[in-house]
Amino acid sequence: MDNDKPNKDLFVPVDTRQDDSEKISRPSLSFWQDSFIRLRKNVGAMIGLVVLIILIVMAAIGPSLNEYDQFEQDLSRAKMPPKVENMGWLGMDGTLSTVQTNESLEQAETNALMRFNNDEDHIETTVLNDGSNGEPAEVEAVYDIYAAKDMEGQNFWFGTDGLGRDLFTRAWEGTRISLYIAFLAAAIDMVIGVAYGGISAYYGGRVDNVMQRIIEILVGIPNLVVVILMILILEPGIISITIALTITGWISMARIVRGQILKLKNQEFVLASRTLGAPDGRILRKHLIPNVLSLIIINTMFTIPTAIFFEAFLSFIGLGLPTPLASLGTLVEDGFQSLQIYPHILLFPAIIISLIMIAFNMLADGLRDAFDPKMRE
Amino acid sequence: MARYITQRLVYLVITMFLIATFTFFLMKFLPGTPLSAADRLSEEQQAIVLAKYGLDDPVPVQYFNYMVNLVQGDLGISFQFDNREVTTIILDRIGPSLQIGFQAMIVGTILGMLLGLVSAIYHNGFLDYGSTFTAVLGQSIPSFVFAGILQYFVGVKLGWFPVALWGTWEHTVMPTISLAIFPLAIAARFMRTEMLEVMGSDYITTARAKGVNKFGVVFKHGVRNALIPLVTVLGPLAIGLMTGTLVIENIFAVPGIGEQFVKSINTNDFPIIMGTTLFFAFFFILIVLVIDLLYGVIDPRIRLAEGE
Repeated sequence: MDNDKPNKDLFVPVDTRQDDSEKISRPSLSFWQDSFIRLRKNVGAMIGLVVLIILIVMAAIGPSLNEYDQFEQDLSRAKMPPKVENMGWLGMDGTLSTVQTNESLEQAETNALMRFNNDEDHIETTVLNDGSNGEPAEVEAVYDIYAAKDMEGQNFWFGTDGLGRDLFTRAWEGTRISLYIAFLAAAIDMVIGVAYGGISAYYGGRVDNVMQRIIEILVGIPNLVVVILMILILEPGIISITIALTITGWISMARIVRGQILKLKNQEFVLASRTLGAPDGRILRKHLIPNVLSLIIINTMFTIPTAIFFEAFLSFIGLGLPTPLASLGTLVEDGFQSLQIYPHILLFPAIIISLIMIAFNMLADGLRDAFDPKMRE
Repeated sequence: MARYITQRLVYLVITMFLIATFTFFLMKFLPGTPLSAADRLSEEQQAIVLAKYGLDDPVPVQYFNYMVNLVQGDLGISFQFDNREVTTIILDRIGPSLQIGFQAMIVGTILGMLLGLVSAIYHNGFLDYGSTFTAVLGQSIPSFVFAGILQYFVGVKLGWFPVALWGTWEHTVMPTISLAIFPLAIAARFMRTEMLEVMGSDYITTARAKGVNKFGVVFKHGVRNALIPLVTVLGPLAIGLMTGTLVIENIFAVPGIGEQFVKSINTNDFPIIMGTTLFFAFFFILIVLVIDLLYGVIDPRIRLAEGE
């Protein structure tokens, strides 16, 4: 076989054309398409996005997934542990447990039973350590409270709070309110910040000077103090919390927009537009703002988790939403009241708020990298 | 430089004056009265109480007196604790706050820097992903949620450290850790970015080329240059810690300023609210000033730019 000698007929000369090297072989992508492709490749950002979508969907449909109402109180079922049918392996089997240690085995057993009102029919005790090896005896008692209260047909997926309200419903209602406050605050920050920064930079001169002095003074005031004082004068509520958050929140946006527009406003395309007779408003809206849009989006994405944090923080120091409204902050605060004995009241809102914050931060990081590869870490 | 400092100090005074004025009038417009049982007191009794606190004067006179006293460092008398001066209360309570604040700052930034350094050295490796993820967690999880987790598992379940209250250094451990998480995360992220940038620069290649060992390259040439921008985030971090102390002190029952502030909000103790607000604001502005000056000292290029 003559395999190693290729036949000459296989080779055909390519006709060379001058403009071949000039040809664009890949489709041209706009800035946004390009950024979106980069974002899609970012695993962290995608995970963040998926988690966020799940949480938003749950906030929308969660409260109506079971038959309980967020305000429906019933003290006879207060502080029930979480129970999900057939999910006992997750620890959500609707039982309370305790481990009692004592020098004598009998005393430990008595203590364990006493912890659950001596309701022996529904308590299972296990001896973990009978104390024969010199160490104190340990007895674990598991109390099936759903059976004890004759509520075996009912399931509180996240348990109930101190007033017997279903925590599953309240947690998602709270998520709804927290997200609402955060989105509203971020949107207002964006509008004020972009307008302020844009006007300040575009008109320059004395306007810029005065507007920047105002910002300098506002920046000097700690936003924590402003937020707290504002809440003190306005009656606590969704709107007043939003207002308090936006009073200083727009400043960073204004500064970023101003910096970018200062850079852009002397470039040729702006000059061209002005030569063609475009009014100031049109130049700002059509030429300058779109060029700053990616930075505006990134900054807004970082504002949202900050707003969620501040809302929770305000609830925590007693300036949050009035009862009986639930937000993630008020739920977490509630959970702290009975943390030692009923940790589940704190657990679920805490997980949700942490997930929201993590998801937003990861998505925002991803967006920053996608929009500006130079800023990539 | 001197001119710059003077200018900043003037700004400080103006801002403090504005904040003092602002808080004063806000407190005047607040709903509610400092008298807890106004309806049960006769007119004369009310007048006596109001006169004691100087609340019977017309508002402009009250404002003038308040400002004069403020300049002398007198923040008034607490409504809640009889005859106790706000200034003394603040001074009494500043110790614990400063202690956990400083501890958290030091522990947080140092551990964060190490984490960021490890991340940068093992760029795109397993350690990098691990510490980056830790940093995202630390940045995202609210300090009070973290404090709750810590209090339940380490305090209640394991019993390693006291669950709350104040006394020995062991009491400071959990508040410090809860507060340190945020600076740790920010410092780690910042250090990683800066280190990667520095390690890609020409002088690092030069150092490598002339045969400096890896340790020398990283610590003598890399870290020292990466540290400069880190100073800029120290200010915002310190301010973030102030926010943190408000909740952390409450969770762990630390007798600090933050705890007093929250308590005063719930008892309408206006003089203490005003006093602590001013104190927080003053602290805030001072930190920003010190950081700006520090930055000039560390990086001479910035000092030159200011001195033109």
